Amino acid sequence: MVIYMTDTTTKTFTCIVCPRGCEVTATMNSAGDIEKIEGNFCPRGAEYVKNELTHPLRQLTSTVIIHGGIYNRLPVILSSEIPKDKMMDVMKALNGVEVTAPVSRGDIIINNVCGLGVDVIASRSM
Amino acid sequence: MTVEKHDIVIIGGGSAGIAAAISAYNNGCKDILLLEKDAELGGILLQCIHNGFGLHRFGEELAGPAYAEKWTNMLKDTSVKVKLNTTVIHLHKDKTLTYVNPVEGYVTISAKAIVLALGCRERSRGAIATPGYRPSGVWTAGTAQKYLNMQGYMVGRRIFILGSGDIGLIMARRMVLEGAEVLGVAEIMPYSNGLPRNIKQCLDDFDIPLYLSHTVTDIRGKDRLNGITVSRVDDDLNPISGTEMDFDVDTLLMSVGLIPDTALLTEAGISLHPKTKGAVVDEHMMTDVPGIFSCGNGLHVHDLVDFVSMEGEEAGLAAAKYAAGNLSGSRGVKVSAGEGISYVLPSYISPQDMEETLEIKLRVKKNARDVKLALRQGDKLIKELKKLRVAPSEMEKLKVTKAELKDVTGELSISLEN
Amino acid sequence: MYDIVIIGAGITGSFIAHKLSKRQCKVLVIDKEADVANEASMANSAIVHAGYDPKPGTLKAKLNVIGNRMYPDICNELGVQYVKSSAFVVATDASESRILDTLKTQAADRDIECRDITGDEARELEPNLSAKVIRALEFPTTGIIYPWLVAIALMEEAVLNGVELRLSEEVLSIDRISQESAHKSSPDSCDSASEGYRIHTDKGSYECRYVINAAGVYADDIYGMALGHKPEFSITPKRGEYYVLDEMEHPVVSRVIYPVPGPAGKGVLVVPTIHNNILLGPNSHIADDKEANNNTADALSYVKESVKKTVDNIPFDKVIRCFAGLRPSGDTGDFIIEESKELKGFVNVACIDSPGLASAPAIAEYVTDEVMKEQFDYDRKTTYIHGKPITYMGALSDEDKNRIIADNPDYGEIVCRCCLVSKGEIIDAIRRPVGATTVKAVKKRVGPGLGRCQGGFCEPLVVDILAKELGIDKTEVRYDSKDSIILMEMTKSVNKKEEA
Repeated sequence: MVIYMTDTTTKTFTCIVCPRGCEVTATMNSAGDIEKIEGNFCPRGAEYVKNELTHPLRQLTSTVIIHGGIYNRLPVILSSEIPKDKMMDVMKALNGVEVTAPVSRGDIIINNVCGLGVDVIASRSM
Repeated sequence: MTVEKHDIVIIGGGSAGIAAAISAYNNGCKDILLLEKDAELGGILLQCIHNGFGLHRFGEELAGPAYAEKWTNMLKDTSVKVKLNTTVIHLHKDKTLTYVNPVEGYVTISAKAIVLALGCRERSRGAIATPGYRPSGVWTAGTAQKYLNMQGYMVGRRIFILGSGDIGLIMARRMVLEGAEVLGVAEIMPYSNGLPRNIKQCLDDFDIPLYLSHTVTDIRGKDRLNGITVSRVDDDLNPISGTEMDFDVDTLLMSVGLIPDTALLTEAGISLHPKTKGAVVDEHMMTDVPGIFSCGNGLHVHDLVDFVSMEGEEAGLAAAKYAAGNLSGSRGVKVSAGEGISYVLPSYISPQDMEETLEIKLRVKKNARDVKLALRQGDKLIKELKKLRVAPSEMEKLKVTKAELKDVTGELSISLEN
Repeated sequence: MYDIVIIGAGITGSFIAHKLSKRQCKVLVIDKEADVANEASMANSAIVHAGYDPKPGTLKAKLNVIGNRMYPDICNELGVQYVKSSAFVVATDASESRILDTLKTQAADRDIECRDITGDEARELEPNLSAKVIRALEFPTTGIIYPWLVAIALMEEAVLNGVELRLSEEVLSIDRISQESAHKSSPDSCDSASEGYRIHTDKGSYECRYVINAAGVYADDIYGMALGHKPEFSITPKRGEYYVLDEMEHPVVSRVIYPVPGPAGKGVLVVPTIHNNILLGPNSHIADDKEANNNTADALSYVKESVKKTVDNIPFDKVIRCFAGLRPSGDTGDFIIEESKELKGFVNVACIDSPGLASAPAIAEYVTDEVMKEQFDYDRKTTYIHGKPITYMGALSDEDKNRIIADNPDYGEIVCRCCLVSKGEIIDAIRRPVGATTVKAVKKRVGPGLGRCQGGFCEPLVVDILAKELGIDKTEVRYDSKDSIILMEMTKSVNKKEEA
């Protein structure tokens, strides 16, 4: 049996930078380096795909336990995006957190969460 | 008994209602009453804790509660009176209405102008007649969202989602982040109804499969859901026998469409649009009952809250003018949906009474690329807008000016052209 | 020791319990369901048929006619709504018209009010009646009710007057007990004991003189438990599926519309409800088992096609729910209401399929005053407590509403915006004599979840109120049965536990 191996791989993304939704294809060599990006209408598409391939970032929203509020949970958001593969770490970090009302929108709930240089902040006042 | 009278009463304190109140206030009306059924202002945004709100309006991406809080704070700078925990029970043609709350009981009031900002509800499993048992474990995505984000409860551990609407996609991510397993999303149409960004960040990021042209054809479990069957559908959306896949899940979330809430409109004799399911309105968001305006998701379902707020502002401005006696109730020419368009809003435009500019909102029937939206009176082209890409899930706007419409004498139509 | 144990808290069990609650006897009602009227009595056409169609000479014919006449007064006494909606049975061709002739004769024989009208006359009264209709019989005494509300009101009044009710309790076996032991355990109430029964459930055992088997689709199994062998009748569950249309200002019909009856029964109907919904259905299909009350695509499309034959302009875009019920159909075609020939004091009230709901009050009377007349010769109670009807805010004047809200602001807090139900009414439903303990039971009593959002908005609020009122955790609140879990666990804290 002969297995033919190609020395490049391709990955296709639907660009989400604007509503146009370009189908952008990136070609990587065997070392994983990007050789070619095509299908993007504008340079932002290439930038998006490059980021997705090298260090994808994501915003994360969740809740923490709140006491004395109108609801049981306080919605929280991050002060900026974090690496995609750290999302579950941050979710774990939220588990032990309990706050007490009153809380103001923008209050820091966890400073420098998981050492990522990003804060968890309250999405609303409660 | 004397009936208390206000210049403007706004029903609904979500994004449309708050914007309408602020806009009416800023346009000179100082006697405004806003009625909200819940314990705080903000409407459904309060449970939409994901981000992505406010990019158009505030230039930043906010979480739903934050977007609501910004607007609520703006409202606090006005003299608009707000009544919370207040549900409107009756609405009449003569612009009297009855509300109830725990403090005052049932109260009937009247207004010079009324703005309906009633929001929408989710289509339920019952409405789409999914066969099978009727156990606990089947919810609309929004109900599960409320349990999860506001009350802190998980409705299940192994989840399947029917419908690729944005709330469903966003709930897929939320449930996974909170420790549940999402086994898949089925969409009966050959394309997704959600924004590409949500497909990417809510499904692809978590390797959740999206089954296009598939639907749920059986629900199992007498007490709590314990399984479902998903089948592929043909071009007429009928399930194809032999394509059944069984999923061992405890929860089915439905994200199969939103419908404007119109119970009050029927009582007041307001005509409904067959396609949007909301009121028929003119260019001032006025219904066919003069002085009653409608806006937001209670008028037609939007994809972005920023546009809901903007529409609220338009309705608030119009209501302020009407209450001050500066808006005639005259109905202009009809605007209809032509080839390739599912609906157009407003349904009537008066070239004389309209503001200097007007954004006509519409939705197309199918995905298409490199097309034109054409506004015509008969064969005569009035305005044309080129689009690189259109999709039914994304509302389009066609901006027209008073000058462009000044010679219009008959019915207008918008169509999708190549 | 009980005098009488009734197995089954459906509409017949409830009517019998209510009837016996007026006598000086000790009665227990057992049902495996979490609420009264939770199966066949919940999922049916909700019609009190006039009684013209059952075969002459049957118990069905006799009891339906009597039951129909009893309902208005009973509902009035209980404070439950009963609407004499009237009905048309319509014919679309000559052969169907001949069937109307038979029904007309039967109606005359049974002294049932009937009007013979042309298709055009019928369409004047029901403008959406199909143009194909050539003739109709109108039966003005046909009524519509919410069957579960009747059963609940009956059971509440029975419980107020000493009847014991055990819900969520399943009968597992039934033993016959000897004369002595029956005699010994309760000499007061069993003065002339001859035989008795011991009923074992998943929660306990109960002894009694008489058993009334009103167990719906399970009546043959229950009887079999006592007999120790296969009983002489058997029950085949026949599933009927329905659509529910949203409440409308002007429902498509104002009367019940029946096609002419056929071998499968009354056919597929268009039924107005008291709150201006419309029911479409049922079909009739033998179910796989006694729990198989699932909806099927085939049956739903059959219902959709069938109703188009009699009524035009049905707004199918107003569908808010589908449901299915299992009719406990027997192999004789008639009700079986008799004391067992083999087991003295064991009374079967079985095979109560259509017109079971319409016949139920007459069935109860037949059981106590004919079948068991001598045995149930208990004295009447000298004092009797009448139940207090459920107060629906929507039915009151604004002044009355405001008086109530001033007293208790919970009545001014709307929880269900589709059916406009207040928090106060929901709390009442939970605190009543046969109080709601589940989301479904709240829905049956006061309505949240029956409307167009199907509980989407109000269910979280109802769960909250149930948890507070019952003093339980929200994860312990059930939709219906003990396994119908709603909320699995809380976020955050649970994950924390896993890590610990």
